[in-house]
Amino acid sequence: MIDREDVLHVARLARLELSEDEVIQMTGELAKVLEHIARIGELDLDGVPPTSHVVELTNALRPDVPRPSLDPEVALASAPAVADGGFAVPSPQA
Amino acid sequence: MSVSAPDGAKLQLEPVIGLEIHVQLLTQTKMFCSCALSFGEPPNTRTCPVCLGLPGSLPVVNERAIHFGLMIGMALGSELAPRSIFHRKNYFYPDLPKGYQISQYDEPLCLGGDLDGVRIHRVHLEEDAAKLTHAGATGRIQGSSRSVVDFNRGGTPLAEIVTEPDIRTAEQASDWLKLLRATLRRLGVSNVNMDEGSLRCDANISVRPVGTTTLGTKTELKNMNSFRFIERGINAEIARQRALIEAGEAVVQETLHFDPTTEQITSLRSKEEAHDYRYFPDPDLIPVAITPEMLEAARAAMPELPAARAERFERELGLTGDSAHQLAFRGELGDFFEAGLPHTGHAQQLATWVTGELVRHLGDADPASSPLRPDGMAALVELVAARKVTQTAAKDVLAELVANGGSPEEVIAARGLGAIDDSDQLAGIVAAAIAGNTDAAEKIRAGNRKAIGAIIGQVMRQTNGRADGGEITRLVLEQLGLDG
Amino acid sequence: MTDPTGLSALDASRLIEAGELDPTDLFDAYRERAATDELNAFTWVADAAPPSVSGTALGGVPLGVKDLFCTEGVPSQAGSRILEGYRPPYTASVVARLAAAGAPLLGKTNQDEFAMGSSNENSAFGPVLNPWDHGRVPGGSSGGSAAAVAAGLVPWALGTDTGGSIRQPASLCGIVGLKPTYGAVSRYGMIAFASSLDQAGPFGRDVTDTALLFRHMVGDRDSCDSTSVTYPAKVELPRARRLDGIRLGVPAELSGDGIEPGVLAAFEATLDLARSLGASVDACRLPHAPHALSAYYVIAPAECSSNLARFDGVRFGMRAPESTDLISMYTRTRHDGFGPEVKRRIMLGTYALSSGYYDAFYGRAQRVRTKISDDFRAVFDDFDFVVTPTSPAVAFELGAKTGDPLSMYLNDVCTVPMSLAGIPAISIPNGLARPPAGGSELPTGFQIAGPAFSENRILDAAYALERELAFDSSRVRP
Ligand SMILES: [Mg+2]
Ligand SMILES: [Zn+2]
Repeated sequence: MIDREDVLHVARLARLELSEDEVIQMTGELAKVLEHIARIGELDLDGVPPTSHVVELTNALRPDVPRPSLDPEVALASAPAVADGGFAVPSPQA
Repeated sequence: MSVSAPDGAKLQLEPVIGLEIHVQLLTQTKMFCSCALSFGEPPNTRTCPVCLGLPGSLPVVNERAIHFGLMIGMALGSELAPRSIFHRKNYFYPDLPKGYQISQYDEPLCLGGDLDGVRIHRVHLEEDAAKLTHAGATGRIQGSSRSVVDFNRGGTPLAEIVTEPDIRTAEQASDWLKLLRATLRRLGVSNVNMDEGSLRCDANISVRPVGTTTLGTKTELKNMNSFRFIERGINAEIARQRALIEAGEAVVQETLHFDPTTEQITSLRSKEEAHDYRYFPDPDLIPVAITPEMLEAARAAMPELPAARAERFERELGLTGDSAHQLAFRGELGDFFEAGLPHTGHAQQLATWVTGELVRHLGDADPASSPLRPDGMAALVELVAARKVTQTAAKDVLAELVANGGSPEEVIAARGLGAIDDSDQLAGIVAAAIAGNTDAAEKIRAGNRKAIGAIIGQVMRQTNGRADGGEITRLVLEQLGLDG
Repeated sequence: MTDPTGLSALDASRLIEAGELDPTDLFDAYRERAATDELNAFTWVADAAPPSVSGTALGGVPLGVKDLFCTEGVPSQAGSRILEGYRPPYTASVVARLAAAGAPLLGKTNQDEFAMGSSNENSAFGPVLNPWDHGRVPGGSSGGSAAAVAAGLVPWALGTDTGGSIRQPASLCGIVGLKPTYGAVSRYGMIAFASSLDQAGPFGRDVTDTALLFRHMVGDRDSCDSTSVTYPAKVELPRARRLDGIRLGVPAELSGDGIEPGVLAAFEATLDLARSLGASVDACRLPHAPHALSAYYVIAPAECSSNLARFDGVRFGMRAPESTDLISMYTRTRHDGFGPEVKRRIMLGTYALSSGYYDAFYGRAQRVRTKISDDFRAVFDDFDFVVTPTSPAVAFELGAKTGDPLSMYLNDVCTVPMSLAGIPAISIPNGLARPPAGGSELPTGFQIAGPAFSENRILDAAYALERELAFDSSRVRP
């Protein structure tokens, strides 16, 4: 049910580079797991609401009151690359 | 789709336009963390683990963003959802720290509504992206090799307002957006400033044969950052689609960018695959359930909205529709006007002065922040009405008041700008002017009343504008033996 | 006092309070033990006792903390290469709460990468060894915490449980592990695997220590975690000696197929023990439990695919050195930084959420989840607790299941249903059993699950059984 093209497409969406070997292995492993998972397709779930939270809470709201931010040196401390007081990345336009 | 008319006549095509507006909310803190909003601070000084998307951090919804969202919904006549939830919109970009934007998807805060005949589809809340600056070693924008991310703006609360495709022209789009801006400004929920990016507008545009009701293929025109560009951009896209259809080609659904300098429209579609945002409910957040208290608080905070205010100005004060709209749609002008109103019995004249001469001086600035006081403006209107100062001289008085403040009486006295109320003196000046403009006098006698301008002009120059134009006309005609 | 590491955490804290034990001596004794860790249980150990623990409730009983809890200035790597050396600028709420209560950080414990795994073989920092048999896995994903507690390298520890990651390693290492009700413990600062399932919980050598640690993990809701709740009761130290009137439900769906004979025999023996303490034991039905694993392996990977998108090489963590354009920065960083199991789950989750598959996978899984919650609710109308073996197997040999993801996933078959329902469940040591292929005896676990916020009752029942089981684990604590 999942083929090589699907795997490549999903890897692109997930921004994951996969080597040729990994593509082959992943296709096989995912197919096997998906086959197991697909059994939920057999259940009659008409009219059953989805559960995205087991806690039935609402309105965990926060008062609109500022708190101190991090020092910029701290914010940038773990960045792989820094320039001009910001996080440097290869340009999306390059 | 075939759209050629049977007789080969040029087909009548009608544009169909819907707007998607993003508004930065003027809360104290960000949408999901307690960082203060940023207004030009140094980069990355308004960040925390949440808005940097650090591992382990979690979002918590800003109460006031919900409050503002409800006020917007009320102002637009939306249905306020008893329960709304936040989804994750997944995609990778350096300005998106978590790899997803928290946004509302199929259960937004507000549904439906109407503003001045344009139906609202929905209003939802989400978080703004960070600022990505493209600055390579060369400083060039295109082709720069490196970009830098500043997360100060990241996480600023946004309300996204989506209209139905009820707009038919670029001008209508621009006018309607101005009304929306006035409304939001009146609510106090945003600075709604296009230059600063607190108001952003995308347009969905299609064209269809007049008389049909199905929608054509639409394109999305992104991020036009001024009212002028909105009009130009939409018009350019309408023209592009018309040309395609008239040439028998199809419009492709895509996202477009309008470059205001070249007036060119370019496709933003990346070489990557089409987006698949994989929306799903954010498991870090729980539903927002609107309580009676939240509704009451929003209702209590609702000011009189521009449309209602304009209607009241017309109905109660007898202002012209034009004046009423100008005052109401720029709420700060309306506020200034209403502050001056108790000091004059001439509402329309006050409105005319505020929306005309005063705006000419102040541009987009708020009159409340100028040295001119509303009662001073009203006093000047009173003086003009009583013919204590001429229209022309009053403009000079106003300029002085806007620059340095004070009372109009003082300025008039200090600068000798009072109207010449000595009729004999003025009659003498008029007689001299007629004597010096015999050509004009002949033309007037011959029935060309327009020629009177030259004589009035000379009198005005002679008197530094302190003479009343109507009085001069009367004297000229009298001295030439003509009746008024 | 010669070696304070032989004390239970409760006894140690009482002695500290009585002035008979110096908390710095206690900390240093554990520090020395942790420094000689042969199990690869720790990824970082403190080099000094904290300056002040006086006046705190626990007095300074050191704590092991799973690597995925953020600790300010201390490596917090979640077992991943992509976070190698990462020191966060803040501390997880529950770690801060425990430090304030007098349980200072002794060390960070090894784990499966991003809590994905059931054997602790998925750590970028190497596998953790089971103290009962160094050739076998300790379980996972909280294997470092479980192994460290079992081996006496730390008196107690924090883990996280998404589908069994506290209970299963507790079972395989012969200690107690509690997965609390979802929302009881703040998730703020816990590096997320699957947000709607992740729960932090305590490991202890015995039920009492586990209860004591849990007491200080809960309390008022954390305003930094929208899904956290105020715990509705005071957590009591357990005292029950009998189980009179307690109705135990044994779900046929989770106590038959796929359970090793030795594990099953130990489980049934404990059911008899429960009867002898006054409990009733009857079969119950969890009709949708056989689909729990499938639902879990949709929901957890889907959430993880999104939660792990932030590991992009921009703000923290590693970036592949040869990144010259944006796309390759992302794809190579994530290729090099994530291990195979994490990649597998990201792929699975991305697929399950992608256009055209959402309804068939994620949407359906969320509905199965509803049915599973309904199943438990119905059972708890007639039963106080659901009991099962914790893990279908005793500790397996290193490498035995790494080539077969699906067989690895089946380790979670008895623990995943409770995770989906968000209900609390404990694993207590349930004696030893011989692996099917032979070899020396290894620990098994007995799982007790109850309705939401029934931890006090669960701890009491667990305590009553623990007294009678009298499991002796001292031989793995040298
Ligand atoms: Mg948006
Ligand atoms: Zn922040």
